[in-house]
Amino acid sequence: MAINAQTQSKTLTREPVINDFAFSVATKNGSGSQTSNNVLVTSLFRMGIPVNGKNLFPSNIKGLPTWYTIRASKDGYTARKAITEIVVAYNDGTATEDVSSLPPGGVCVTTDKIARVINQRDDISYYEIPVAKLMRQTKVPSAFRKLVENMTYVGAVAQLFDIPVDLIYQVLLDNFKGREKPARMNHDIVELAYDWTAENIVKTDPYRFEHMDGTHGKIMMTGNDAGALGAIFGGVNVVAWYPITPSTSFVDGVMSFRHLRQTEDKQNTVAIVQAEDELAAAGIIVGAGWAGARSLTSTSGPGISLMSEFAGLAYFAEVPAVFWNITRMGPSTGLPTRTSQGDLLFTHFLGHGDGRQICLMPGNLKEAFEFGWKSFDIAEALQTPVFVISDLDLGMNNWLSDPFDYPDQPINRGKVLDADELQSFIDEHGKWGRYLDVDGDGIAYRTVPGTDHRFAGYFTRGTGRDEMATYSERSDDWVATMSRLRLKMDTARGMLPQPIVDDGSDADIGIITFGTNDEAIREARDWLTNDGIKTNYLRVRALPLAASVSDFIDAHKSVFVIENNFDGQLTQLIRLEHPENISHVRPLALGDGLPMTPSWIYENLKEQEG
Amino acid sequence: MPPRTNHLGLARNEYKGRPSTLCPGCGHDSISNQIISMAYELGLEQHKIIKVSGIGCSSKTPAYFLGGSHGFNALHGRMPSVVTGALLANTDLSCIAVSGDGDTGSIGMGQFKHVIRRNVPFVYIIENNGVYGLTKGQFSATADEGQFLKYYGTNHMPAIDLCLEAVIAGATFVARSFSGDAKQVQALLQAAVRHPGTSVLDIISPCVTFNNAETSTKSYPYGRDHEIPLHEIQILAPDYVDAKEEITIGDYDEGDILDVEMHDGSYIRLKKLDNDHDPRNRRLAMDVLERSMREQIFSTGLIYYEEPRPTLADTEELVETPLARLNAEGLRPSQAALEGVMQSLMVG
Repeated sequence: MAINAQTQSKTLTREPVINDFAFSVATKNGSGSQTSNNVLVTSLFRMGIPVNGKNLFPSNIKGLPTWYTIRASKDGYTARKAITEIVVAYNDGTATEDVSSLPPGGVCVTTDKIARVINQRDDISYYEIPVAKLMRQTKVPSAFRKLVENMTYVGAVAQLFDIPVDLIYQVLLDNFKGREKPARMNHDIVELAYDWTAENIVKTDPYRFEHMDGTHGKIMMTGNDAGALGAIFGGVNVVAWYPITPSTSFVDGVMSFRHLRQTEDKQNTVAIVQAEDELAAAGIIVGAGWAGARSLTSTSGPGISLMSEFAGLAYFAEVPAVFWNITRMGPSTGLPTRTSQGDLLFTHFLGHGDGRQICLMPGNLKEAFEFGWKSFDIAEALQTPVFVISDLDLGMNNWLSDPFDYPDQPINRGKVLDADELQSFIDEHGKWGRYLDVDGDGIAYRTVPGTDHRFAGYFTRGTGRDEMATYSERSDDWVATMSRLRLKMDTARGMLPQPIVDDGSDADIGIITFGTNDEAIREARDWLTNDGIKTNYLRVRALPLAASVSDFIDAHKSVFVIENNFDGQLTQLIRLEHPENISHVRPLALGDGLPMTPSWIYENLKEQEG
Repeated sequence: MPPRTNHLGLARNEYKGRPSTLCPGCGHDSISNQIISMAYELGLEQHKIIKVSGIGCSSKTPAYFLGGSHGFNALHGRMPSVVTGALLANTDLSCIAVSGDGDTGSIGMGQFKHVIRRNVPFVYIIENNGVYGLTKGQFSATADEGQFLKYYGTNHMPAIDLCLEAVIAGATFVARSFSGDAKQVQALLQAAVRHPGTSVLDIISPCVTFNNAETSTKSYPYGRDHEIPLHEIQILAPDYVDAKEEITIGDYDEGDILDVEMHDGSYIRLKKLDNDHDPRNRRLAMDVLERSMREQIFSTGLIYYEEPRPTLADTEELVETPLARLNAEGLRPSQAALEGVMQSLMVG
């Protein structure tokens, strides 16, 4: 510990920092660090500390660097912090860089072996764990050693920053679903490192965790699981998918919650089909939606690209289906394991020819759940595909939330006629046609296959048709169809989730965003308020845009559109839909692959505002 | 005289669709006619049938039969996925699907193979004419190697045999026929529609406009002169009211009769011609197909049959009620169920 002598004397006098710092765990992908990191974040959650865990991982199975950042915030902020005060440097390949990114006064927990190869700084604390030596003392069978080695940093972190070691055992036990043997095997390592650290390391940093009451009644979950649970409560019947990061765990979530919808004799009401590609996944859900089931796929950008032909067909033929786009960074294969909001325009305009797709953009776990069920009601009410645009950050990371509200509306199947209703319709209107709009809202009445009425059948097609669903190449029929589809989209504007607006102040500055930037913006606005800069805020939750977006723009002298993509796509859409008097609308667009930070927003907004 | 009716009291006309817009004489129209006859003869209820197709001349035909059924003219090469979804949504439905050699053999090859692999129970008809009609005469992947067409010259690539692909993919009912052989098409359709697995019917169906020269193996003259049925086919279906034909062995010796028992208890009776083909033997099925291709023999009939393995819906262990007909209770778990999940995600 000689190398720490100088540092100790510098840092000992610092005020303690409790429950308000972030740490980053740097390991190699595939080294089993996922369990260790989950144990850490869950333990903090159970200590009552508002916490958030974000996994920054490579597109790789084994070997490439991966970072897991955990932010504890006594004030309940859960956005990613730009700076992490502590790093667990367990990857020799990145250790030098990891250490250099620490702020002065930061902490590096590393192995004795790695410590020899990193450039030492004299303004941070180093704690070296003799991992190889500790592992030699364990009774762990050699086959498992590599898998549990990471538990050494769990033990060291627990000792250094005050996480109760018995709590960690409970969390391990839950992690292994109550199986004592693996929990015990892991915990032995934790205890070994915990005890060694207590005896051998002199703490020289001010960071500490402390029990508090910040998570009582809260849940922790990933957005993909929340959306999947929502779909289960929304009555999903057919799920078709093709594996793709970062959406795969969405379908894993549906599988894990499917039992909630099983009958007493374990029969399923949800079919889950792993298709041969995204084209087939889209075809399966369009076929299922057409036949009267509630269907869903989950994918990300490259999959959405492949699904565009079916998306256009479903839009034109008016078939309900739900598509989740857990957005990752594009274009092309891009950064498959990094987050992005870069598919907004593409998804909204998906399909060739004229037309818009309905999009819902959840900003947090509760909305992922809510849109999970509501998307089916919207798709069936509007007889059109619905795209839920989430992202990797929400989808794959652990978020803190209040428990979800049970759906406050009954299931809405939309305008579907059974045999009796079809007869009544014919009695009233003289005829029924699949695309006959008798209500004037752009939404016609449909029948589904299996309806026992001689006039129930109709022919669905992607080619020109008239309101009776008969093939037509006539210009007037085509224009009538397109006009009605546009009318339907206008009807949709009022039916979709409306923006969340905080315009209680007389601020000149308005902030507009969508999706997961919400947490970072909330924190940045608090910082701005502390600086005397007032802001109002509107978060768009659906496309086509609600009318209130225009009112918000008109009501502010300066409007910043904050979005995590490179081109400022929401800004472009606003300019398209609200073309007049918008010189005061400016994008603050990032798109660097990482979840947005409050400091980026704070600094850039201040700079732009002058 | 009132028209003849089936056991539902429906005349054959009731099973028709809209008038065809295909070229007069198109082989596809003969197949549509046989589908109409099949549904009429078996007394099928149209509301329990869906008609699905891809894109192309053949895929237009579902508009021309069973006007009382729901139809879906989907995307090029993607009919199998739409069928998969629709039949998962409602397992009470039967499906007659129509594709072409371009739709299946080129753009849709992947979906063709995978729908068979999943064993979605439906009749998969390929109306195979070796040529792209709507885009005016390009070779398809089933065109003969060495064939010459006016605008596109000589085809230098080997033909894909869709029956062989189906057998290899794991299809449990594979047949080849000729649209000019109405009787055989009818018998195969009647067998296929009651087979609870993917039934592949590759029907050579001449394109009278772009590929009907005598030199083409997909032409009427060639088919009429060269078709060699492997057997005569008769369907013995006790469960269908209208299958009243007298069940006779006729001029055949007992040893020349092969009764293939189907899943529903009916039989496909095959009267052997001058060969030893047994469609229950996978090796023989592949041999027949390979020899036919090598020696340019136009063998037709039931190529391969096996007792179907579980369907996709079976392996999904779905409830008996079609998913599309579940009520609100079957679609949404209780508030207590949600609270239980929430509780499990909380501290302590």
